[in-house]
Amino acid sequence: MESTVLTQRFPALKLLTSTDMATFEVPTTDLLAVVQFLRDQEGFDLLADLCGIDWPERQPRFGVVIHLLNTQKAQYVRLHVPAVNDSVPSIAALHPGANWHEREAYDMFGIQFAGHPDPRRILMWDSYPYHPLRKEFPLAGIEVPLPAADVAEVTGQGVEPAPMMGGPFVSDGGKMSEGEPSGRDQSWTEKHPKR
Amino acid sequence: MVKSDFGYNSKVEGEVIVTQADAVVNWVRSHSIWPMPMGLACCAIELMAAGGSRFDISRFGMEVMRFSPRQADCMIVAGTVTYKMAEVVRRIYDQMAEPKWVIAMGACASSGGMYRSYATLQGVDNIVPVDIYISGCPPRPEALLDGMMLLQEKIRQEGGSLRRTFRGRTIETKIVR
Repeated sequence: MESTVLTQRFPALKLLTSTDMATFEVPTTDLLAVVQFLRDQEGFDLLADLCGIDWPERQPRFGVVIHLLNTQKAQYVRLHVPAVNDSVPSIAALHPGANWHEREAYDMFGIQFAGHPDPRRILMWDSYPYHPLRKEFPLAGIEVPLPAADVAEVTGQGVEPAPMMGGPFVSDGGKMSEGEPSGRDQSWTEKHPKR
Repeated sequence: MVKSDFGYNSKVEGEVIVTQADAVVNWVRSHSIWPMPMGLACCAIELMAAGGSRFDISRFGMEVMRFSPRQADCMIVAGTVTYKMAEVVRRIYDQMAEPKWVIAMGACASSGGMYRSYATLQGVDNIVPVDIYISGCPPRPEALLDGMMLLQEKIRQEGGSLRRTFRGRTIETKIVR
């Protein structure tokens, strides 16, 4: 597919520079029409992926990236949809496979999908108050009660921040480190709570 | 013969008879452990291998995997316990009949393992009393068999009641015969 086919038909689309596949920035108002056009006219019949993006320096901060595959010509196209008021139209009616992907993006980032048939969380439990993949959310987690009150009462256990000692090993950003990767906050263990 | 503090303190029956009964009961229990496979992650694959012909858990009388907690007496927690799943694990444990034992198989079930994150319970011993911890990520089937044999040894040492510690408290379950 020539990239001009899309930009001529949908003038609001912006062609972005990309090294691997044709990439367009799609406004939310055009998203459904673009996905339907790509599916019915251009043969992009498979939804390869749909995921959320949190880019705090940008305005709008949240967005959705959709990868579509043309199974006949083995071509990919990537659509970047900046959210408007943290909301993006749902494409689950066009690609049923988007249903759970959109639930995951909602669960992890708090992006609303307008017109989604089943807008519930998919990974965390329904009463969980946060969206864990947002940049400001700490990896260790935030203390909340267990979802089952009776189990919490019997065991005295809540959802507690996980100690980072010996945890996910990271290297310092930027230049290559000489030492071994280490946990982010080694002062914090099960026995010594975070100060 | 098991010497324990929990037998009848009656001169008529005498401690000898009771402790012998304990030994027999413990011997029977230790050789008919029916595991409840709580397979939550990759450790469950090793658990299945342990049940297969190559490693053959039935050599030790533990091959009767029961997927109903009401028919099982040893829950093998094999895998990462998330906070969302913790409720289910505890409910299944509550539905098992006494006497019951719990094995934490692998790093995740024992301590949260490499999953230091918002979603993972840092050790299943936070919600159920654990008898045996097995290290490994995942443990090989031999390690599971070794853990099960350690559990057998532990069962053989048990007195007329079941004592287990959970969060510093001692929980005691009297066995009525």
